[in-house]
Amino acid sequence: MDRELVTEIVERYEGDPGMLIPMMQDLQAEYGYLPAEQLREMAVVLKVPLTRVYGVTMFYSSFRLAPKGAHEVTLCMGTVCHLKGAPRISEAICQEYGIEPGGTTPDRLFTLQAVNCVGACALAPVMIVDGKYYDGVTPESALKILGDLTPEEGSHAPAAASEDNGGSS
Amino acid sequence: MATATEATAKKIIHSLKELEAYRNKLAKKEKKNTRIVRVCIGTGCAAKGSHRLYELFCEAAEQTGSGNGSNVVIQAKHVGCHGLCELGPIVVIDPGEILYHSVEEPDVAEIFRETVLGGRVVERLLYQDPKTEKKVKTPAEIPFYNVQKRIVLKQNGHIDPTSIDDYISVDGYSSLAKALGSMEPEDIIDQVEQAGLRGRGGGGFPTARKWRSCREAESTGEQPSDGTRYLICNGDEGDPGAFMDRSVMEGNPHGVLEGMIIGAYAIGASQGYIYVRNEYPLAVEHLKLAIDQARNFGFLGHDILGSGFTFDIRINRGGGAFVCGESTALMASLEGRTGEPRTKYIHTVESGLNGRPTVLNNVETWANVPAIIGMGSSEFASVGTEGSKGTKVFSLVGKITNTGLVEVPMGITLRRIIEEIGGGVKDGKAFKAVQTGGPSGGCIPAEHLDAAVDFDELTRLGSMMGSGGMIVMDEDTCMVNVAKYFLGFLKSESCGKCTPCREGIAQMLAILQRITSGEGEPEDLDRLEILAELLMEGSLCALGKTAANPILSTLKYFRGEYEEHIRNKHCPARECKGLFIYQIDPETCTGCGICRKNCPVEAITGERKQPHVIDQGICTKCNTCFEKCPFGAIMKV
Repeated sequence: MDRELVTEIVERYEGDPGMLIPMMQDLQAEYGYLPAEQLREMAVVLKVPLTRVYGVTMFYSSFRLAPKGAHEVTLCMGTVCHLKGAPRISEAICQEYGIEPGGTTPDRLFTLQAVNCVGACALAPVMIVDGKYYDGVTPESALKILGDLTPEEGSHAPAAASEDNGGSS
Repeated sequence: MATATEATAKKIIHSLKELEAYRNKLAKKEKKNTRIVRVCIGTGCAAKGSHRLYELFCEAAEQTGSGNGSNVVIQAKHVGCHGLCELGPIVVIDPGEILYHSVEEPDVAEIFRETVLGGRVVERLLYQDPKTEKKVKTPAEIPFYNVQKRIVLKQNGHIDPTSIDDYISVDGYSSLAKALGSMEPEDIIDQVEQAGLRGRGGGGFPTARKWRSCREAESTGEQPSDGTRYLICNGDEGDPGAFMDRSVMEGNPHGVLEGMIIGAYAIGASQGYIYVRNEYPLAVEHLKLAIDQARNFGFLGHDILGSGFTFDIRINRGGGAFVCGESTALMASLEGRTGEPRTKYIHTVESGLNGRPTVLNNVETWANVPAIIGMGSSEFASVGTEGSKGTKVFSLVGKITNTGLVEVPMGITLRRIIEEIGGGVKDGKAFKAVQTGGPSGGCIPAEHLDAAVDFDELTRLGSMMGSGGMIVMDEDTCMVNVAKYFLGFLKSESCGKCTPCREGIAQMLAILQRITSGEGEPEDLDRLEILAELLMEGSLCALGKTAANPILSTLKYFRGEYEEHIRNKHCPARECKGLFIYQIDPETCTGCGICRKNCPVEAITGERKQPHVIDQGICTKCNTCFEKCPFGAIMKV
């Protein structure tokens, strides 16, 4: 296990347990998820109970304990997207791939995140795949977009749009 | 564009005089024949590829820049949200403020050749007034813009958010210099009080009162009173359908910082925090850059502008929990804990972050502060109503023609916002309701469209101002379903600490689910009202206390719709699956067979070129035929 990384991240914030969330965000940025070993180490270094670290992990929706898929699919479930049919898109994807929102397909092709609002209401319903925005999505067009994904990681995101990637970081 | 030197070079400014000298220097640099291309990189435009447009304009500017023989200087700038997201990407050319909409990559060369170099207008990219059908050139001629009054968004779309020089050149940091140079902290609080500024995050609490309480507070918590005070900018904009704060943080980050620094001086805080929602990486990037620049200019750090005042700001990213928009939950999150609110018998202005007196205001509130100090409280207070002064930024979304970001004077009617600025309901449908205040707010029906937008008036109507989401709903929207949506949202976002909220919302949601699936009972409406009262009385924080608002306001104005679901098992808006049926209009049906081929359960029969029929006994109401029919012959009844 990479002990030094945990220590290094903790030192970025001068070992202040109040900065637990930024530390965990940094850790997740390194691995794409929060490995249990590293979280244990972090609790030890910070001298905080592991229950607190675990509680924080479970409370905030951006933290995940399992690795994500090769692609990141974010489906906006905000009010406007909802009015314009987002629930049916979510249903269609979940049914087709046998997953739940927040889950990853068994072949690790993609992780589906249903988020509250990405603030791009003019484009509703919106789906973001690896940072690329798709507007006016329908259940059919969503399945078509996902059907074209290949197992290679985060492919077709233009550099410019990727900085606006909702969900995790 | 921010140059590398601008971001890193130290250029400490020690006084108002030095700031003015620096501004004059910038003004001289700006040559008379500078032509500027402003490309919007707000969320809507960026999603439609405006970053690429910006790059193309930069390349074009670079190519013609040197050796074009003339003394024309061409600059391409990326700017924050311009507002008219519906017609993005927006590109504005100066001089002349010529606005082009729906610009695509192939248009760049033409815009550059014709407008930037040639000074001619590209007609086809201009905005066309839907009423007069006339093409107009500038934002001032477009109803979407000219009904607005922009104070907070004044510089959005004009300045490059990554350039502190841009901000300084439009009088940025002058209010700070004025405050630190010639005002006592109490004077500032007095000014904010006289301006009548109320919190823009939703509650509408008088900002000056909060500041004064904090300034006068002695630590009452467990912490010793050592004079430490904190200041927080709440950028955890969680309401779905709301992107005002995001646009301000992305489009004019220095405006937020300047407001915070003035506020910190007024209350005597030395450390500030900006808590930004996790889904807003660009806001974080721009704010980080702005903080670095402000430090380099001596607007943050020790001895700000030679006044002896010390203050610094750090950014924390949220973890993706809606409840963290609540002040005590946000502070818990800043302390590295789960974001659970606490009871507020001791106010956070006395014992907030780390047990110290803390002022927390929303992004838009902070962004109003420099304007108040700059223009003076009386001018600020001349805008608005008796109880609500200044302007409010809204994200106008939903079934509306002009989706976008708007800033209006308080007191304007909902009708003017929706009809004049928003251009009315989309696709000629009938207006049904407008939802304000996010999940804590309510729906306002057509008969109250002439109500004034004002903190107290919206509360009186059973909704609230909220942080500024304004969602327009048309005749096809089922109000029971809307209430169900918000309750579903709140159920998953309730932190679970207090029982009324955790259990009450789940129960209300279960009842709504029953009603929308045709299993509602007549007593359900009473049950909802009892639960609503219980939540209002018993919940720990505003999330629970207001959770019933979406139900109560829809019950108040659309009770008949609930009753129709319960009694007749029918959804009048034809949205709730199973509570309406699909039929084929024999007049419109051409017998093309598309619906028959696509029906997954073979419920549709009919001869070729003859009207088809749906067998109601087989139909699963999957909506496929409705989507597939090219002639609109499928009816929901």
